[in-house]
Amino acid sequence: MAAVTGDEIVPDVAAGPGGRSAAAWPRLPVWRWVILLVVGGYFVIPLIAALRFTGVSSFPSVIHQEGFSAAFELSIKLAVITTAATLVLMLPTAVYVHLRLPRLRRLMEGITILPIVIPPVVLIVGVLEIAPGFLKSTPYLLALEYVILAMPFAYRSFDAGLRALDLQTLVEAAHSLGAGWRSTLWRVLLPNLRASLLSATVLTVALVLGEFTMASLDLYQTFPVWIVAFDQTSGPISVAASLLALFVTWIFLLAISMIGGRRSRRAGGAEVSLFSVSRRSTGGS
Amino acid sequence: MTTKAARGTSAAIPAGDARNASGATVHLQDLSRSFGPVRALAGLNLDLAPGELVALLGPSGCGKTTALRIVAGFETADSGVVEVDGKDVSPIPAAKRDMGMVFQSYSLFPNMSAQDNVAFGLRMRKLAGAGRQRRAAELLEMVGLSAQARQYPHQLSGGQQQRVALARALAIEPRVLLLDEPLSALDAKVRLQLREQIRALQQRLGTTTLFVTHDQEEALSMADRVGVMKDGTLEQIATPSELYAHPATAFVAEFVGIMNRIPSEMLSLISRSGAAADGRDDGLPGETDALVRPEGLRIAASPHGNGIVTSRTFLGQLTRVSVRLSGDVVVQVDQQSTDTGGITPGASVEVSLVDPPVLVTDRT
Repeated sequence: MAAVTGDEIVPDVAAGPGGRSAAAWPRLPVWRWVILLVVGGYFVIPLIAALRFTGVSSFPSVIHQEGFSAAFELSIKLAVITTAATLVLMLPTAVYVHLRLPRLRRLMEGITILPIVIPPVVLIVGVLEIAPGFLKSTPYLLALEYVILAMPFAYRSFDAGLRALDLQTLVEAAHSLGAGWRSTLWRVLLPNLRASLLSATVLTVALVLGEFTMASLDLYQTFPVWIVAFDQTSGPISVAASLLALFVTWIFLLAISMIGGRRSRRAGGAEVSLFSVSRRSTGGS
Repeated sequence: MTTKAARGTSAAIPAGDARNASGATVHLQDLSRSFGPVRALAGLNLDLAPGELVALLGPSGCGKTTALRIVAGFETADSGVVEVDGKDVSPIPAAKRDMGMVFQSYSLFPNMSAQDNVAFGLRMRKLAGAGRQRRAAELLEMVGLSAQARQYPHQLSGGQQQRVALARALAIEPRVLLLDEPLSALDAKVRLQLREQIRALQQRLGTTTLFVTHDQEEALSMADRVGVMKDGTLEQIATPSELYAHPATAFVAEFVGIMNRIPSEMLSLISRSGAAADGRDDGLPGETDALVRPEGLRIAASPHGNGIVTSRTFLGQLTRVSVRLSGDVVVQVDQQSTDTGGITPGASVEVSLVDPPVLVTDRT
């Protein structure tokens, strides 16, 4: 077939397969390094102290402690249920607000931040009021409470991802090509919001694995509650369990971020870290 | 027929002008749409013949994009009918209208390669994988981007992205192609290339096309007919040459191309030659203005002329000269550059009329 072509300048997009260059370690002024070291020390020194207190030999014995498996399993189950419920509720809500009710975006931001300022006990009472009866006697009631707690983080992740997309144009382009809502969401929006999904997942999982107050008030022994309870009998083991939980969560978050980041970079999607999304530059004319 | 139709500005298809039997006919009847207090469309009537490319041209807010979006199914008209091949498509959702659309902003799916973008519509139509990819490859070849098939949108330039978007819209063999200012985000050189390419493809495929733009050069160079819109209605729809030479209203005359507005009493002071001298009628009614194109005037250096040159702009073959006539009326004259020697700012010149006014209108 005949082709009509033009000489166009294609933007330089390849900085190498990894997308890294010599700029990976930028030259910073000395005072910035000082701040970095002070802040780093603030976070790392307690961890080193905890490691010294507990000793490396305490770690293997953690998993053999009474109640560990049940508490850890419950926390993992709650993390899975909470994450699924959060994504199913928050993603369509965020898409709908961006697409159909953009004027309500600020209001939604205000509403979704409420769980941070409302005391946990009030949230618990609220959830108990509306929760179905069969849930009230099970630890999975906590999942409902955690969905509310995760809302500020999950909504912001989706909000940031959606802001980085030309949502209306993408949706209309998909519709004009014959895609219904389901195909548009599945084939166009979700892949382009992968980074936001991962970010929301990471934050929700981290929140559930670390939440203590609500579980304690509801008298369910999740992993954080178990750690505190165990602290009464064995300090070093309890600290080892805390560190173990921290490391497992870190590895989990790191893995998700790396997988999401690599896929996102390959497809030219938005660059999303845990708390921010930056729009990928498009080609110039 | 509306009053404007009686003035030769009918939105109907010119008789015997059906261009391609494979394209669809499009009929818009009395389309109205308001957004709160703002009336975007106020009874728009328009017909497109099979295979015809019609451009809707007008200033921002005139309703052209709203009209396009209603045809696409992205907006709902308050009243009126959209028919494609004689069938009312108003109740049909956008996804089932079988219309290809190229958007103003880059609309490629960022998570898909160029080829997958083009194949997307075919996938939605359940075309098998091999056939889908073959068809997508053909379309990419058609727009000259075979080499970029595996690249993602962020690896393509703006012009390349719009060419992929065009291929994607055409891949589904749409009954109607809708172009929503697809060139406005591109630089001048790429815009020129792409508009020629769009026109060539459209003519070759015979797809009925509705093209919205605010760029009159684009509209006049690409379209079979151009509809000029104002305040939600069509002021005039005609071929580009007819629109330029015989505008139906002062708005059209002044919106399309450059136009001089010369008061009737001033016109009588300007000498005439050429076509303007034939069958001349000096009797313009009072309180009217004559609308004259820059090429309808001619200037010559004269120590006792009727105007003073205020500026001149070299345009290549032509030079545009601004002349102040008495009464502070400034006119622009396009003249062969070779005939403008000695015509410099401050020089006295004699302005004469070589073509009759394209329109005489009430003074505003």
